Amino acid sequence: MELAFIIEKFALVTVIFLISLTVAAYSTLAERKIAGYLQDRVGPNRAGPGGMFQPLADGLKMFFKEEIIPTDSSKALFILGPSLALLTSLIGSAVIPWGESIQIADRLVSLQIADVNVGILYIFGVVSLGVYGIMIGGWASNNKFSLMGAIRAASQSISYEIPMGLSIIALLMATNTLSMKEIAEQQHGMNWNIFYQPLGFIIFLVCSFAETNRTPFDLPECETELVGGYHTEYSGFKMGAFMFAEYLNMFLASAVMSTLYFGGYNYPGMDWVNSMLGPLFGPLIGMGVLLVKIFAFIFFFMWVRWTVPRFRYDQLMNLGWKVLIPLAIANIVITGIVITIFDKL
Amino acid sequence: MSISLFYFVAFLSIFFALLVIFAKNPVHSVLYLIVTFFTFTIHYILLNAQFLAIVNFIVYMGAIMVLFLFVLMLLNLNEGSIGSKSNLIKMIGVIAGMCLIITLVGSARVLNASEPLVLQTQDLGLVKNLGKVLFSKFLLPFEVSSILLLSAMVGAVLLAKKEIKQVK
Repeated sequence: MELAFIIEKFALVTVIFLISLTVAAYSTLAERKIAGYLQDRVGPNRAGPGGMFQPLADGLKMFFKEEIIPTDSSKALFILGPSLALLTSLIGSAVIPWGESIQIADRLVSLQIADVNVGILYIFGVVSLGVYGIMIGGWASNNKFSLMGAIRAASQSISYEIPMGLSIIALLMATNTLSMKEIAEQQHGMNWNIFYQPLGFIIFLVCSFAETNRTPFDLPECETELVGGYHTEYSGFKMGAFMFAEYLNMFLASAVMSTLYFGGYNYPGMDWVNSMLGPLFGPLIGMGVLLVKIFAFIFFFMWVRWTVPRFRYDQLMNLGWKVLIPLAIANIVITGIVITIFDKL
Repeated sequence: MSISLFYFVAFLSIFFALLVIFAKNPVHSVLYLIVTFFTFTIHYILLNAQFLAIVNFIVYMGAIMVLFLFVLMLLNLNEGSIGSKSNLIKMIGVIAGMCLIITLVGSARVLNASEPLVLQTQDLGLVKNLGKVLFSKFLLPFEVSSILLLSAMVGAVLLAKKEIKQVK
């Protein structure tokens, strides 16, 4: 491995890491601003112009609060829980293609950290691992409400992983590849997968709400029943880590949905823009387009949160097992039939 | 580089597998088992079997172990709640352990180093090749095992349904 390669990847990892953290931090502000807008009030506007420094103030508050570890908890696991939640929400972005390769001097730099040829499955694995942080944290707290939250999180995540996986299978049948990079390249211009897999996208969208524990699927932390759910016993920065992990997961889910179904960094007229701006700034515009799509999805997540009330637990299970899984299987069958017909023509 | 990496990961596998047995708390046991499975994933990656690695990661670490953890958390077993075993069981345990040690020592005596594994084709474990082989050369075993899985699934649903009827 040459030095330039290591520096290039290291710089890319740092940039993606910083972008993820910034987006997650400002998502907390955006959430409250959007909540304010949807409920016809102002939202936070004291810290800085228009409340711009609110995330900083919140972060400082989290750091300086007292860290309480309950006496009867198992301490190592109590600390491991939020760390794991944060870790799993950060490693997913490694396989997302953030843009076409950019050319710096004579070097072609890929804007994807790792082009694993099982990229989608890697994301799927990371998502399925995400529940461990919540489960371990909830169990280690040694509190009934935390345990209930943890168990709800586990069963919810297992139930919704199945339709998610099935909707991805239909997408794979349409794209013929498991590599995120190739999927993004296939959607050049306006040739987005949403037009081929509309049903698959809706299933994937609902499942990603469930996997990120967002309303209407936020039963693991349902305040009206479980105090705070799995993070009842957490305070200070460990609580902050759980909250941050949720926003990071939302960012990751939005990035995955934009890449798989909404063309990633592709946009109509990109060839013209690329030829005008050259091989350095053209792909950066593409990256900006991807970020805009991600922000649109994050806004959608928040919009739904302040619109749809929380499900009851049996409704959640019914939706997962009796509606989404049959729909996803039907989607696979339909996709198969359509592909066969088009191959014959 | 590769061989020393293998020995390191193999050491980790055995170390965490032993911790699974020696951990007093069942939940800790399951967590160590998850780490053990993770080391298996690394083994697969070292063998360039990416698909198998990621499937091991998703199915074993991500799904099956979540279920294990789920059940154990529901049962909420503690170190005390397992209780002490009777003397007879302890005796049986000692005898079985001795037999295992004799077998292990006996097989370790006739051990000789095997040829290092050389992959004939480097991209053997990639998804494309795996899929092609599964659907041509090994089509019958593949279909038979999928029918086996299907029947297991139907059986599981049937068992779950029966319990509901008994409640009524």
